[in-house]
Amino acid sequence: MYSRAYKTAVTIPPLLWVTVFLLVPYAILFCYSFWSVSSAQTILHNWNLQNYLQLARNPIYAQVLFRSMRIAASVTVLALLLGYPLAYYLSFHAAKRKDLLYQLVIIPLWASYLVRGYAWKTILGSDGVLNGFLQYLHITHRPVEFFLYSPFAVIITLTHIYTPFTLLPIYASLEHIPRNLVEASHDLGASPWSTFRRVILPLSLPGVLAGATFAFVLSLGDFLAPLLVGGPSGIMISNVVVSLFGAAYNWPLGAAISF
Amino acid sequence: MRTGFQSRRAPFLLSVYAFLVYAFLYFPIIVLVVYSFNGSGVGGFPPAHWTIDWYRQLFMDAALWDAVLNSVMVAAVAVAIALGLGLPAALALDRTDFPGKALFRRLVLLPLILPGIITGLSLLMLFVAVGMKLSLVTITLGHGTALISVATTEIFAGLQKLERAQEEASLDLGANHWRTFWRVTLPNLRVSLIAAGLLIFTLSLDEIAVSFFLLGRANTLPLEIWSRLRRGITPEINAISTLILVFSIGMILLWYRLRTRLQHTDESAAPLVPAAIEGESA
Repeated sequence: MYSRAYKTAVTIPPLLWVTVFLLVPYAILFCYSFWSVSSAQTILHNWNLQNYLQLARNPIYAQVLFRSMRIAASVTVLALLLGYPLAYYLSFHAAKRKDLLYQLVIIPLWASYLVRGYAWKTILGSDGVLNGFLQYLHITHRPVEFFLYSPFAVIITLTHIYTPFTLLPIYASLEHIPRNLVEASHDLGASPWSTFRRVILPLSLPGVLAGATFAFVLSLGDFLAPLLVGGPSGIMISNVVVSLFGAAYNWPLGAAISF
Repeated sequence: MRTGFQSRRAPFLLSVYAFLVYAFLYFPIIVLVVYSFNGSGVGGFPPAHWTIDWYRQLFMDAALWDAVLNSVMVAAVAVAIALGLGLPAALALDRTDFPGKALFRRLVLLPLILPGIITGLSLLMLFVAVGMKLSLVTITLGHGTALISVATTEIFAGLQKLERAQEEASLDLGANHWRTFWRVTLPNLRVSLIAAGLLIFTLSLDEIAVSFFLLGRANTLPLEIWSRLRRGITPEINAISTLILVFSIGMILLWYRLRTRLQHTDESAAPLVPAAIEGESA
């Protein structure tokens, strides 16, 4: 029912824009990963696999990548452990307060990333709130240093940031489960626990998978939280990319890591 | 409908657990706000000497207000770009078929799913390649581009709720497509457009990962705060964070209101995220 002109008008401008500002840039970044940098700090456009070989050979990169994966995996597991029961509670037991409680999850999701990272910095710091509290209760007498600037701090901060992200797809998939399936399971004599295990959990797995993917990918690519609360032992792979693009000026190598 | 299993009282342990998760989500935010009124610094316990000095200091901080102004300008133009392109993109996804449509959908939604670092770096490469100086303009282009994804999902959701019959009636009564678009489609999308605009504005104000790479000489607010954080922390940052928080929460609640008003059914659950996934798997 739509004329050709109409279709062209709605298709071409966004298509052009995303090609210029998304497709081309992603492609350039990809090309860079096959180029190299000369001693005079200029980019040489000779195609090679040097950057990828360097990544494979130098154990430091593997080490940081491994650590990043471990941090991202911990964040994913924690976010699922926190997110799934809450999503389940919202979907099945929140009753009248459902809307309100749902909005309460949404709010921190959109509250500034930087603000949340900064909040954890003030809590975990050596003269921070947590240490102040422990000393106030005379549990410790000297500030505990390892709270801040550690992988632990990065994991807590990222878990805090990405738990709502993980929860949303899980909640959506729980909401899509037909309630009569759950009732049928009850009527047939299943206990709440086995209803959960045999009916609800399997049906919500797509949401769990989506949520886990979000938490993993986003925390793996995060470079701000490690800078903010991570310290040297909390450096993640994206920080290496940032420093290669900044001070080290090895753009090709940085581009290679990004992929 | 809500019988049997639904109306059962929640198991006690589950309720406690849910409460604890909320506590975890809100604890840092509450600490942040409380300490913005603390006279003796950002740490320590218990907080002492209640004061609004940090807020007073904040209002006299010229550099900070410059950054706020920059951010507002960037966000305003980013909203225009994202809506200007997100609207046709959503129409294209809803109503047309063309080769590469699936790829197009993925590409538009990609910045929603990829870490900001990739989008930021890619755009940096582009601007360097064409010899464009980094400035607020590059940041604006970056935000606008990344947030087309948000505009498209929001408007697409609005389009799906539209009564197609109204448009058909308009066409049958002799209006052309152009006129129908202006007089029927667009007014019907008004709430979606406003909601998307609010959301994009808020997200752009807070954005840091993409801006980080595209920063010229002038700072946006998050980057100004970022550079201060590296010099050391004062409750002044708590104060500005609190204000940002209040502002974002206000905007988001407004957006949520608009969005639920738009949807008569209660399937508004998880608006953006599943849309992105569906976009990916489609």
